[in-house]
Amino acid sequence: MKYAYYPGCSLHSTASDYQQSIDSVFKKLSIELEEIEGWTCCGASAAHVSDVLLPLALPAKDLLKAEKMGLEVVAPCAACYNRMRQANHKLRENAALRRKVNQILQADYQARVKVRHISDVVVNEYGLEAIARLLEKDLKGMKVVCYYGCLSARPQKIVAFDDAVYPSYLDRLIRTLGGESIEWPFKTECCGGSFSVSKKEVVLKLTHDLLEMAKNLGAEAIVVDCPLCQFNLDFRQEEVEKQSGAHFALPIIYFTQLLGLCLGLRSDALGLKKLNVDPFALLERKNLQI
Amino acid sequence: MKIVLNDQARVFSAQISKMIGQNIDGCYQCGKCTAGCPVAYTMEIPPHEIIRLVQLGREEEALASHTIWLCASCETCTSRCPKNIDVAAVMDALRVLAFRQGRTDVEKQITLFHKLFLQVVRRFGRVNDLRLMGKYNLLTLNPLKDWRLGQKLFSKGKLRLTSPQVKGLKEFQEILQRVQASEREES
Repeated sequence: MKYAYYPGCSLHSTASDYQQSIDSVFKKLSIELEEIEGWTCCGASAAHVSDVLLPLALPAKDLLKAEKMGLEVVAPCAACYNRMRQANHKLRENAALRRKVNQILQADYQARVKVRHISDVVVNEYGLEAIARLLEKDLKGMKVVCYYGCLSARPQKIVAFDDAVYPSYLDRLIRTLGGESIEWPFKTECCGGSFSVSKKEVVLKLTHDLLEMAKNLGAEAIVVDCPLCQFNLDFRQEEVEKQSGAHFALPIIYFTQLLGLCLGLRSDALGLKKLNVDPFALLERKNLQI
Repeated sequence: MKIVLNDQARVFSAQISKMIGQNIDGCYQCGKCTAGCPVAYTMEIPPHEIIRLVQLGREEEALASHTIWLCASCETCTSRCPKNIDVAAVMDALRVLAFRQGRTDVEKQITLFHKLFLQVVRRFGRVNDLRLMGKYNLLTLNPLKDWRLGQKLFSKGKLRLTSPQVKGLKEFQEILQRVQASEREES
């Protein structure tokens, strides 16, 4: 298996732990990721609110490169994934926009390159049965909630690769790893995304509600596959606690980090030390510390 | 209040309909978008009323609202609309028009963040968190905002001090110049 890889800006900075765990897990699974050379920002949440053509041209520029590589694209960041899928969709549907963007790119991009979310590749393409055969450890006794957020679920027809209201792909993975994933109503609620900086009070409220629900249901950690969700829930958690007087201490762990541990990989190869809310007490209780 | 739906009033709704590729008159004001909106509690005009303002050609009120900037683009509204109106796309269209008209004062910090984000991308090809945050804090006159968070990120190895070196940056910047030229023609 081989894919064109679009890491996205977060994976080189605030989500470098996610990147580390992806590198280690994909090596173990023998899935090859070839980074798109000279990739640039997808425009994230800024381009589509500012311009009509920019949020199309930015992803198209790199998707064009992937087309030349002859590979499907894998994106680990839900925002990049969403922007690329939306750009592809618009360019396929609207010939006039496609013409304009192709003039800008001085190319002939037909928007046919398939963009996959990294979880989709792991769970649906590589498959849970194949993963089950490789497990060296398990998550026995670990109770988690899986949090999917907005950007890999909506808009449904363009980005969803599972049920868009109540997805279960991460839950199924956690159960394959022997853990207990708790059903909860906030799987695809919003964390506030990019307002973390420019409208922090919104993020503090939305993440508070998520953390509170998870805690009340007995979760010991929240499993995520989006760097924005991870950042808001993890690095803003202390402030949320201070503001609300609640005590959550909930580690926010990337699915690739838990998968890696169960595949027998060492915690330092999975970037677990980079999480803000310390996951090691929990991992030790579940005999997962290496 | 008396509202006259004359040709003038229809110009604005037609413009938005064109931008979203749908007829916005399809909205029958059920309010489902507002009911599901996670940030509606912060808005002075809820999402379904913004749609109504557009239908009625009340451009001034729509573009001057806080609502358009407070939309988090979670797309819950779009996914739940019984008439399949892309409400999130309407918010984008209104924001694009507001930006074109320089009407960004209503939510200064949110609009500044978007602007600086794209400035950094234009210059480096990728986001550089340190530079983005530094500039944002400087321009919002709050240099110590998130100082502790920054320290924490740095100690975790999650902040890069150097700017990313992107191969083909010059070609990328040329593409962005052509985007800007094309956008100018558009507006």
